[in-house]
Amino acid sequence: MLLTGNILFFSFGYVGLLFVIAYYGDKRADAGRSIISNPYIYALSLAVYCTAWTFYGSVGLASRSGLSFLTIYLGPTLMVTLGWVVMRKIIRISKVHRITSIADFIASRYGKSPTLGGVVTIIAVAGVIPYIAVQIKAISGTFFLINQYPEISVTSTFADIPLLGDTAFYVALMLAVFAIFFGTRHLDAAERHEGLVAAIAFESIIKLVAFLAVGLFVTYGLYNGFADLFEKAHRFSDLKRALTIESSQQSNPFFEELLTINAGGFTYIDWGMHIFLSMMAILLLPRQFQVVVVENVNEEHLNKAIWLFPLYLLAINIFVLPVAFAGMMQFAAGSVDNDYFGLTLAMAAKQQFLTLFVCLGGVSAATGMVIVETIALSTMICNDLVMPVLLRLPIPAISRSSELTGLLLLIRRGSIILVLMLGYAYFHYLGGFYALVSIGLTSFAAVAQFAPALIGGIFWKGGTRSGAISGLIAGFVVLTYTIFLPSLVPIGLIHQDFVTGGPFGINLLKPYQLFGLQHFNPISHAAFWSMLVNVSVYITVSVLGRPRAIEHTQAALFVDVFKYSGETGDSLFRRGTVNLPDLRSLLSRFLGKTKADEALSGYAQKHNIDWDDQMTADADLVGHAEKLLTGAVGSASARIMVSSVVKEEPLGIEEVLNILDETRQVIAYSRELEKATAELKKANLRLKELDRLKDDFISTVTHELRTPLTAVKSLAEILYTNPNIDADRFENFTGIIIKESERLIRLVSQILDYEKIQSAKLDWVIASLDLKEVVKDAVISTQQLIHDKNIAIDMDLAENVPAVSGDRDRLIQVMVNLLSNAVKFCNTDRGMIVVRLRAVNDQLRVEVQDNGIGIKPEDQTRIFEPFLQIKNPTLGRPAGTGIGLTITKNIIDFHHGRIWVDSEPGKGTMFSFEIPANPEASGH
Amino acid sequence: MTRDSKINKRLVALFLLGCVLLNFPIISLFNLEILIFGLPLLYVYIFIIWCLIIGLTALATLFHSRERADDSGDTGGR
Repeated sequence: MLLTGNILFFSFGYVGLLFVIAYYGDKRADAGRSIISNPYIYALSLAVYCTAWTFYGSVGLASRSGLSFLTIYLGPTLMVTLGWVVMRKIIRISKVHRITSIADFIASRYGKSPTLGGVVTIIAVAGVIPYIAVQIKAISGTFFLINQYPEISVTSTFADIPLLGDTAFYVALMLAVFAIFFGTRHLDAAERHEGLVAAIAFESIIKLVAFLAVGLFVTYGLYNGFADLFEKAHRFSDLKRALTIESSQQSNPFFEELLTINAGGFTYIDWGMHIFLSMMAILLLPRQFQVVVVENVNEEHLNKAIWLFPLYLLAINIFVLPVAFAGMMQFAAGSVDNDYFGLTLAMAAKQQFLTLFVCLGGVSAATGMVIVETIALSTMICNDLVMPVLLRLPIPAISRSSELTGLLLLIRRGSIILVLMLGYAYFHYLGGFYALVSIGLTSFAAVAQFAPALIGGIFWKGGTRSGAISGLIAGFVVLTYTIFLPSLVPIGLIHQDFVTGGPFGINLLKPYQLFGLQHFNPISHAAFWSMLVNVSVYITVSVLGRPRAIEHTQAALFVDVFKYSGETGDSLFRRGTVNLPDLRSLLSRFLGKTKADEALSGYAQKHNIDWDDQMTADADLVGHAEKLLTGAVGSASARIMVSSVVKEEPLGIEEVLNILDETRQVIAYSRELEKATAELKKANLRLKELDRLKDDFISTVTHELRTPLTAVKSLAEILYTNPNIDADRFENFTGIIIKESERLIRLVSQILDYEKIQSAKLDWVIASLDLKEVVKDAVISTQQLIHDKNIAIDMDLAENVPAVSGDRDRLIQVMVNLLSNAVKFCNTDRGMIVVRLRAVNDQLRVEVQDNGIGIKPEDQTRIFEPFLQIKNPTLGRPAGTGIGLTITKNIIDFHHGRIWVDSEPGKGTMFSFEIPANPEASGH
Repeated sequence: MTRDSKINKRLVALFLLGCVLLNFPIISLFNLEILIFGLPLLYVYIFIIWCLIIGLTALATLFHSRERADDSGDTGGR
């Protein structure tokens, strides 16, 4: 069954299947019915993290240094618990700013800096190419082994295989075709590839099932479960120990050592550092950024993915140790490559189907990684390395060309092929020297250099472009010195003395023990120093330097993304104008004519703009165009392009903003400030008005208080100095004194009431009342007043009105206020007051009508305001305190009622109020 | 935002718990040459903690979606 021809047939069949899935996914996406828009596919696509390193390398690592392989999966498990905090923020920022790669993200955060984007891209490519080589090596090793079936042999180095006879070369080519086909089929502003994600998710299922299958077969087929396997391993180890007492350094370590952390010189420091590195990798590897951020359909998918993905990691690791132990027991040390135990165990047991399945699993793990990684890298190379340079060079063909989408796609396709060929070359010439794991970890350490700039950038507004660039470069230099240079020693490019004695014999500078640092393995050691230098430089330079205006804006937009979602703030720093045709042609050059037209008409529809009327684009549209371009060519290039068509106003906005530099908060928060200012202004006006009213009130009140007081005082003086006054005059004077005192008391109690109502200190006595009685009582208590002015009063009260619940005394106060108001404005002798009580729907309505002087329409709405007194033109000064009606209204409001006035000057006034009949028991 | 800050706090707490339980010095307490149920102690310990973290994360997000569903039921959307 497992002949070379069959294997090739299956392999091509499998790749064909991937093509079908990816094609189907794209078709469905075009039709608007996405198959990947759910958290399960999203979680599976994150599992592109598990590469051949997981599938093969873990087993090899477990057989050499025990449980340390788990660190690579514990880190991501911990990191994604922060997914809701960190990943969601990155996803939101990327969606708002149309960011399509990690280089773009960092460049955009630090003021859309092309330099920074370039640096990130170079580090990413340099760091990740060996990692891609690892995958090609794994695929190649798989085919090499399975081709020998049923013979099992050690995979050899590949440097001596001629290029055209090497399966790996064709594998690399096929991967390039796949990546080009589904990664660069067309230029998408969001850079999303649904078909690709579908294929990746499928591969994730295959590799998990394949590994579980071989794990179950080994644990329960070859042995009787976990306990039995560990038992046998234990005894085997004792046997080994007995056998190897004489032979000094045996290559196989003992099992007990493997089951503890100190195995193979692995320390707790290494354990911690590896967890840290893998935590960073899950965010910062270009392919992880691609699937986590760029290919994310909906933020909400994180909700399930943050525990589904760790579950996947856990599942794929359960059988690593059993497979490693079984392999060590089954095969003599050195007879097979430990990395491939899973495959070789299946082959040794003559399980043809299982062998093929494991082979597919391994291929899945490797191809998934390579495809996504090359696509992510090609976007970065194109947008952040090639385009910024091309756009700045005076190349006539480019500046004249009307459509550049073809060029963009060409650059990306070229980059994919370049990356894969570099990966293949690395594998072909250098790959034999290192195990899968050490190369992978080197890549982790390389991408971890992005951590300070990225994570610092989304939580700390103070990080600057210079800080990020210097931090990155410094970190990478240290990393190069401590890990890349020494790795050239086995190849023979650098002399052994460099590692053992340090450069020029300076011991302190030994690359693996820099400044004499001990107890770290080379990777942890390099990671520690490079991160330390990177973070320190990033912070120091940021703190010492002074950011430019655009960095301020971007910092605020990134850090406070949840506050500003939906706005990009481009309009904040762009003030120049753009000719619309210029903008249109710019967009069509990079997006293609149809897409550009679509985008512009969509924008016009949304903002109700008629293009025919407009020749210039406003700042908002320019910002929108820049975002569209960012999706296609990256933020740095987009900025260059837009700047080329923007006619900046004479005073460059950069300069303007530099002046405002110190008040960057004001720039970012200007909108909120404006709102707050408007509110303050309103409040201030209101306060001024109240202040004026209060002044009026005080002068009125003092006047009102002084008049009766003066009267009382002068009359009392007369009585005091003339004890023999006649009885009539005595009665008259004391009568006036009593009346004036009553008026004083009334006035003071009104003021007190008003104060109480305003500060809600009034005690309300709520009871069920008959409003008719209330009205009658009020009329009786004002009888004297009415009688004095000889005014006629007519009461028209309906019988059998429903009860109301309310405060009796307060309602009487309302009636008294209204009645005395009516009396006040009625003419003596000719006055006429009508009091009515009606049930209207569920309300009881009371009307108090007079035929007095009336209220002017412009005053009618304001009479319930405090301290307002209607100036009476005939009387010259207002009558009353100006708070009676305010108190009245407050009481009616308390009873859930309403009060209003109908009046016509010269003819009379009618005050009406309604309160609900039998309202539900009041909670006051 | 309050719901979000609540789940944020819970998940950050979980992250810190995981970091402590899976690192030196706590992990050194289990780094012994002992078999329980025929399985090495450290191996068992790490997988139990791993399951615990996954389970608690799932619970936290589950509560979050529930609370949010309740919220939108009460007020007709956030």
